[in-house]
Amino acid sequence: MNSLKRLTRARETGILLAFLLVVIATTVKNPSFVFSQDGFRDLLVTPMLVLLIAVGEAMVIITRNVDLSVGSVIGLTAYTAGTLFKYTDIPWLLVALIAIAGGAALGAVNGLLISIAKVPSLVITLGTLYAFRGINVLWTGSNRINSTDIPNDFQMIGTAQLLYIPVITIIAAVVLIAAAWYLRNTRGGREFYAIGSDPDAANLYGLKVGRRVLLAFIVSGALAGLAGVLYVARYGTVDSQAGSGFELQAVGAAVIGGVAIFGGIGSVWGAAIGAMLLLTINRALPVLGIQDFWQQAVVGALIIAAIVLDRILALRQARRLTVMEDSQA
Amino acid sequence: MASPATPAPRATPALELRTISKSFGAVVALRSGTLTLEHGKIMALVGENGAGKSTLVKIIAGLYQPDSGEFLLEGRPVEFRSTAEAKAAGIAVIYQEPTLFPDLTVTENIFMGRQPLRSFGRIDRKSMHAEAIALFQRLGVRINPDRQARGLSIADQQIIEIAKAISLDARVLIMDEPTAALSGVEVDRLFAVARSLRDEGRALLFISHRFDEVFALCDSVTVMRDGAYISTAKIADTDVDEIVRQMVGRDVADLFPKQQTTIGDVLLDVKGLTSAGIFDDISFQVRSGEIVGLAGLVGAGRSEVARAVFGVDGYDGGTVVLAGSRVPGHDPAAAMRAGLALVPEDRRREGLVIGASVAENLTIAIRQRLSAAGLFITGRRENEASRVWASRLEVKSSALDAEVGTFSGGNQQKVVLAKWLATEPRVLIVDEPTRGIDVGTKAEVHRLLSQLAGEGLGILMISSELPEVLGMADRVLVMREGRITATIERADATAESVMRAATGAAA
Repeated sequence: MNSLKRLTRARETGILLAFLLVVIATTVKNPSFVFSQDGFRDLLVTPMLVLLIAVGEAMVIITRNVDLSVGSVIGLTAYTAGTLFKYTDIPWLLVALIAIAGGAALGAVNGLLISIAKVPSLVITLGTLYAFRGINVLWTGSNRINSTDIPNDFQMIGTAQLLYIPVITIIAAVVLIAAAWYLRNTRGGREFYAIGSDPDAANLYGLKVGRRVLLAFIVSGALAGLAGVLYVARYGTVDSQAGSGFELQAVGAAVIGGVAIFGGIGSVWGAAIGAMLLLTINRALPVLGIQDFWQQAVVGALIIAAIVLDRILALRQARRLTVMEDSQA
Repeated sequence: MASPATPAPRATPALELRTISKSFGAVVALRSGTLTLEHGKIMALVGENGAGKSTLVKIIAGLYQPDSGEFLLEGRPVEFRSTAEAKAAGIAVIYQEPTLFPDLTVTENIFMGRQPLRSFGRIDRKSMHAEAIALFQRLGVRINPDRQARGLSIADQQIIEIAKAISLDARVLIMDEPTAALSGVEVDRLFAVARSLRDEGRALLFISHRFDEVFALCDSVTVMRDGAYISTAKIADTDVDEIVRQMVGRDVADLFPKQQTTIGDVLLDVKGLTSAGIFDDISFQVRSGEIVGLAGLVGAGRSEVARAVFGVDGYDGGTVVLAGSRVPGHDPAAAMRAGLALVPEDRRREGLVIGASVAENLTIAIRQRLSAAGLFITGRRENEASRVWASRLEVKSSALDAEVGTFSGGNQQKVVLAKWLATEPRVLIVDEPTRGIDVGTKAEVHRLLSQLAGEGLGILMISSELPEVLGMADRVLVMREGRITATIERADATAESVMRAATGAAA
């Protein structure tokens, strides 16, 4: 465990250091990036929606699957929540629960299609990415939910703070800690890793592979539903394109954070830090005076660098193990 | 449960299968599987590839459900719908290629799905770790329980599977060809562990192709053939000949059915073939109707000569003449046109397109000829051509559309042979034609080679198995360190004379 622990720790520490480096460099250039009311709040709040779905995405990827539909799930659940606010008097907490349950249901659709039809998740969720968005556009049309439609006490969540920490950040942190605890300390959580590490072996072990994968997609969908509700709270307006493109940011965050795209390796902590880095760098580059079109390239470079780094670490570990075995012999 | 210290077998067998059958569609994998495992005994299960052993194991493991028959565990009928149920009932299966999770630690691999828990369903890592250490101590092995499973040797992976079985307190242990990839020392260690498990009163099933191991380890042996139970005997009451006879259903003497052939003109004439540092001044002839054995130790340069003759590799000097005309070097296509065919040693890599169907594989070498206007190949033409060869070689495949990768080694080899025979060669070079093939199919391959020679083909057979060379070849060439050191006629060829030339021992 020690060698493995050290390795993963190094992996996540690396991303954390990169994140801190970006923050420090930007703050030196412009102190208000951190040291101002808005700066501090943006730093903590902006990455949270992507962080939430990155946590779900990481759980899915760890089982050697991928969920590309989360952006569209955000769109549908956000518009659902907005519509309920606009046309009904349902208390906001219940609206939030409905949106989360709706997201979970959409995730279950993904999971069931994958386990019943035995089609790779990449294909299924690419399909539902478009299908869910299509339903959204059909339903929404050119309508939009405006902030005037949203009850004030709910909109407060988007801006409220508790001991200087934004409420959205606290919600995300609670989800993150719960997911991390589950993956690390429970039988079910460890089975996620086992399944991703070798699905065939997991079947021979008698693990309930289908059920675990379904659970991963339900969690991913539910977290996208939660992100959808928070989207309404944070932005106030929802149109038919809400959340589009979030799915690739979620996958990118997970990969940058050290979640192996072939499953079995990584943690939700890594994915969360990856999300922080990804969204903070987007805001930092303009401050640092880097041109617009470079910003996309930097994100791409980050993802590639992360994958190359993982490959090097894996090779180095393989070499170390061989050396160890030779010296034993 | 009796205490583990009393190894005396009890009246009720640990596991009993009676006339179990299993079909997949039209294919009958198991007609009548019968097996009895007793506490404190090691049973061997032997049979040719395709005899139904694997199907039987998968039924015991809960992976397949039997169509009919009785399955008793400790005298009570059971029905497993999943591997998890079989495991819970105390059955552990160690597969030929262990199935571990490479990214997880050794400890996690042992306890996956049933880790010791503390409050709130939290995994108790400390006691899990301590248990893993205790298990390894008991097995007398040194494996770091904290390391990743990735990169472990096959032997260590098997030890981990056994540790898993013990921690489950499995009463029945199935080992499916566990020694196939092990070295001598590792086999000894595995056997020591197996014996100590037997002495604890567990029932073991040991599946192996190696008779010396069966006789060294097991108490009794069950033979299967063609999906059915044949016999069970105490090891002390039987011998290798007897077992082989039951496995193949005929006498061992029939294993090399050499036909008398009329040997005709020289077909392949190799003169002074030299490739610097690999082989030197190789000269030999293969006549029509003749089987020439090419013997020698591994690394003597036999396969390299074959590859050079066929033109896969280039050579520095010498000539290859086929039926009077010169075969250009380093040009396999020209060699094929001239009438040469090479069946390589590594059939999975070099001989077959594993993911393709039998029909596609059979016709791959003659696509040019089959195609309409040299461009299009219809499935019909492909099927017609391949059916002819499949039937001639008795490739056991009801459907030519089946993927070759799913075949047993023996049937794969027959497909490779058929593929090359479809090119209608005049000289066939076969490199280790029966390596890794079960006894029965081996005899079929031998019969086929012999028959082809009878039809006037010249055959050059590279083989490391002395009985095969002695049984099949009209003439034996022996290579040592890149040179031909002896040419021995059939009448004079003995195991001693060939080995002497191969090793360079003084006459």
